[in-house]
Amino acid sequence: MKVIETVDLNVYYKEVHALKNVTMSMNKNSITALMGPSGCGKSTYLRALNRMNDLIEGCKITGQVLIEEEDAYAKGVRVDELRKKVGMVFQKPNPFPMSIFENVAYGLRVNGIRDKKFINNQVEKALSQSALLDEVKDSLKKSAMDLSGGQQQRLCIARALVIEPSVVLMDEPTSALDPISSAKIEELMFSLKKNYTIVIVTHNIQQAARISDNTAFFYIGELIEYGSTKEIFTNPKHKRTQNYITGRFG
Amino acid sequence: MISQTTSGKRKRFNQRLMFWIFRILSLSVVGVLLVILSFIFIKGIGVISWDFLTESPTEGMTSGGIYPAIIGTLWLIAGSMIFAFPIGVLAGIYNQEYATWKPLKNLIRIMTNNLSGIPSIVFGLFGMALFVNKLGFGDSIIAGSLTLGLLVLPVVIRTTEESLAAVDNTFRHASLALGASKWQTTRKVVFPIAFPNVITGLILSIGRVSGETAPILFTVAAYFLPKLPTGIYDQVMALPYHLYVLATSGTDIETARPIAYGTALVLIAIVLIINILANVLRNYFGKKFKVK
Repeated sequence: MKVIETVDLNVYYKEVHALKNVTMSMNKNSITALMGPSGCGKSTYLRALNRMNDLIEGCKITGQVLIEEEDAYAKGVRVDELRKKVGMVFQKPNPFPMSIFENVAYGLRVNGIRDKKFINNQVEKALSQSALLDEVKDSLKKSAMDLSGGQQQRLCIARALVIEPSVVLMDEPTSALDPISSAKIEELMFSLKKNYTIVIVTHNIQQAARISDNTAFFYIGELIEYGSTKEIFTNPKHKRTQNYITGRFG
Repeated sequence: MISQTTSGKRKRFNQRLMFWIFRILSLSVVGVLLVILSFIFIKGIGVISWDFLTESPTEGMTSGGIYPAIIGTLWLIAGSMIFAFPIGVLAGIYNQEYATWKPLKNLIRIMTNNLSGIPSIVFGLFGMALFVNKLGFGDSIIAGSLTLGLLVLPVVIRTTEESLAAVDNTFRHASLALGASKWQTTRKVVFPIAFPNVITGLILSIGRVSGETAPILFTVAAYFLPKLPTGIYDQVMALPYHLYVLATSGTDIETARPIAYGTALVLIAIVLIINILANVLRNYFGKKFKVK
């Protein structure tokens, strides 16, 4: 089942045509890696899916983004409802300066949930899904700022999971982390696949090869090649893709 | 061996020279402040006593205390802050977080800057025309507080804006990406992080308000009023104006001179104590919402 589909998606930042006619779709419970050199449009694509681009002044979008077959840009779509469905994890771990518990509970509270028992359950579930529960269960009241970088990033993942999105977008989630923390996050993504559809932007070619089911290669705003990761890495159809994955440019 | 070269010597000499120039200049600023403070302290400490702090002036202000002026100044600080702090903070939040239309944002910013450039005596005249006469408050705490409030409004707005601008956008994005509204994001995430710095605006404002003479001259300050105010429509004495009176138009200026220094010392002490309290508050919130 297609959870995400974009049709002729174009994104403009004022005069800059940042994304050109991107048509692609992602299936349920898959991990899709978006890769390409800096400025290729992969992050722009990611941010179009939960409408974070709306926050950028002068950003214009044409074409269609369908999330679970609903047009994300249709009139009457509430951006906050869309973002509940399409969660996001950012490049730099960015927990709020609150307790570990409150960080995770935040998504529930801002969406009007007051039931204490329900919040406790959801927070615990999200922390266990993000493989953080064992490390923090005795210190939920402590400030999230005291966690290590890798723990903070897993906390941010828990924070995104607590409202039970169907899609989780990850914008270079391990690029600010040490290799061991990165490995933990990669492992985590595997287990999250069971319940979520994941799209990850990565600069790390090995990472894309290791974790993703499908890989998309972007170059200067265009989707050059998209297919199963195995296919892309063993038998790329385009010269550019081949050059990129073999490290000839990047 | 890595030996000394001529160019290396020169480089190190210049480095030392500049370093000492910077050091001397910044120390001289501290020095000036210390000279002023110790001058006031030495000249004023002699008249400070419990009676000086708790009694009214007597014998044409050549003896007695300054109690009514202390109370009056505290009233004016509280009154002007109750007015200016919430309005200034909300205006700052609007301008930094909500105003998306650039021309409007710039207009507000230019106007705010202009407001802070207006001489305080003009605020005094404006306050007299509007609050004292037009709105009929008369010479009163409320007229003086509103006038002082207007005077420091730009300070509060600017510091609020700057404190909010210093909050990393990544926090806003994280909150919005969870389906939070802009208001929830501002109230629960951005403002708490900015709050310790917003308090800086409060501290600056209090310093300004407690020392200003011109704005209260026509709106609230009494030349001599031994009784305490009973409400916001009463006149009060105030420390800066009392100081001005003692130094320029008392009945016997020479005799009153030590009292003038004493008054100045008390004024500085009050501002210092309030600043320390505000700093405690700032550190408390700074620790609570520390970003690492």
